[in-house]
Amino acid sequence: MAVERGEDDVVIRIRGLVTGFGRKVIHDHLDLDVRRGEVLGVVGGSGSGKSVLLRAIIGLIAPREGTIEVLGQMLGKAIGAVEDSRMRRLEMRWGVLFQEGALFSSQTVAQNIQVPLREYTDMSQALMDEIAAVKLSLVGLPPDAAHKYPSELSGGMKKRAALARALALDPELLFLDEPTSGLDPISADGFDALIKQLQQSLGLTVFMVTHDIDSLRAVADRVAALVNRTIVTGTIEEMRENPDPWIQEYFSGTRGRAALAGMEA
Amino acid sequence: MEAASDAPEAWFALDREKGRLTLGGAWITAHSARLDQALRDEDWTGRGTLAIDASKLERLDSAGAWLLLRTQRALEAAGRAVPPLEVPQAYAPLLKAVEGTRPGEPYVSRIPPGFRGRLYRIGRATVHAGHQGWSILGYLGRVTVEAGEALVRPARNLRIPAIFHQIEETGINALPIVGLLAFLIGVVLAYQGADQLKRFGAEIFTINLLGVGVLREIGGLITAIIVAGRSGSAFTAHIGTMRVNEEIDAMQTMGLNTVETLVLPRIIGLVIVLPLLTFYSDVMGLIGGAFMCYFQLGITIHVFLRQLQDAVTLNTLLVGLVKAPVFAFVIALVGCYEGFQVERNAASVGLLTTRAVVEGIFLVIVLDAAFSVMFSVLGV
Repeated sequence: MAVERGEDDVVIRIRGLVTGFGRKVIHDHLDLDVRRGEVLGVVGGSGSGKSVLLRAIIGLIAPREGTIEVLGQMLGKAIGAVEDSRMRRLEMRWGVLFQEGALFSSQTVAQNIQVPLREYTDMSQALMDEIAAVKLSLVGLPPDAAHKYPSELSGGMKKRAALARALALDPELLFLDEPTSGLDPISADGFDALIKQLQQSLGLTVFMVTHDIDSLRAVADRVAALVNRTIVTGTIEEMRENPDPWIQEYFSGTRGRAALAGMEA
Repeated sequence: MEAASDAPEAWFALDREKGRLTLGGAWITAHSARLDQALRDEDWTGRGTLAIDASKLERLDSAGAWLLLRTQRALEAAGRAVPPLEVPQAYAPLLKAVEGTRPGEPYVSRIPPGFRGRLYRIGRATVHAGHQGWSILGYLGRVTVEAGEALVRPARNLRIPAIFHQIEETGINALPIVGLLAFLIGVVLAYQGADQLKRFGAEIFTINLLGVGVLREIGGLITAIIVAGRSGSAFTAHIGTMRVNEEIDAMQTMGLNTVETLVLPRIIGLVIVLPLLTFYSDVMGLIGGAFMCYFQLGITIHVFLRQLQDAVTLNTLLVGLVKAPVFAFVIALVGCYEGFQVERNAASVGLLTTRAVVEGIFLVIVLDAAFSVMFSVLGV
């Protein structure tokens, strides 16, 4: 693992996390640090608990054991014990892009973006409309997308609109669940570039769950692989040295080699 | 975004003499509502250059960057020369990212305001209702053809287990609620009838009122309305949710006929069940009436039955029952039809379920009125 940096640089700190459903254990004493300003790509086979890990961090699933600290706030096992106001304040500081976008289907794109603004700030409608235009421009959607309903958007545009909503409150931390799934390779490349560009210009820390090895190469500073109910982290180069059979298969299989071939040059 | 309390205040100061706008603090989302107001209230008119010095910014996010950019644009629009911004190096990429923003045209509704708008709405609703009626008629045709085919070759095309499942869902499971409501209606009818007829000393005719009223009209109507609310809505919600999940599309690509698999079992099931439910409801209504007659008027069961025998004939009962299959057909048809109209969004299922119930009840009452006219012409 790479060298530890100062305490303040760790945005998400997970220690001894255990999660599971029924008798099935998904994470067994898992430790993970996410540092400020980095893009961490989380990979793993189907059913290895990538999405469960993300949902545990954002508080949708209560862990059985262990502690999760996000932006200096403890979530941990007793999720119910985190007082509502503290949780709400934390939720204002992160944005989540769900796999299918999860846009509210009965509202236009602009109204979707304005949901958190309306909830947490007292902006005038005029300013909210302007801010919605700013977010749309940031994610590369045309201004007239503001008045469209999610059902009128293509898959790629939906993801961008959902990203605009996730960025509504200018979060420090962005969670992405399979950002490029369901996109064609060209749209996926465009979306990867967008994430990288936004991460740099807005100074985001990004926690990205993905299947897509091309995304990893394009966006991730560091990779976390979920294997054997725990996690292995490192750069892509370090991962390729790792003897674990799944990691070997993932990074050195045909698709992995093809995707990483560009890096050698 | 951090809570407003831990971030320094955002401020700006305009020095008209020197032509300099200085700003600093945390220009972030939490402060933007206040900043926005202050910036809008400021008078930007004037002459000559105005430099914007943002080097004292302590924090900036995209909302703050937008306000900064908007101010710059407002100045330029007011005819003032604005030299390049002086900003801390760290925020240059953010400002660059926001730069592309062109606020779109505000949304203009196609519906004109005022009286013309109302006319527009009425016209649109009328055209829509016409389309809707035409479309249901087409659907009725399709279902009829499919039903004919299924009846010709019942072994292959009639889904017997599905029909029995529907009979259980819409009939047997509805017995408690239909029975209770019919009983209560009988009680109310007997009570109100007795109250009025007592004045003429004709209490005994309460039974005639009850018998004819329940058997001919109320029993069938109340049952149809309950079933429209209970099962018509369930049909729409079920088929609609299957549409949202693309299950209907999957069935079609597998060559399954959706009318045959989803619609016919529901229609046939309900057509079998509703007459039975209506009979049950008639009986429960009469029991409710008999109960009330006994306690309110002291009419014993024997007297009640003898009077009832005089008041009603088999025809009275049949007139009530013959309407039930027609009601059932309409309720099931509308319920299934609206289910297939569901679009792939969350609001659609709810909207169309409501519509299925309203249309179902509406059509039942219209048909009931039509039956009344027809029976009176036929002299039944």
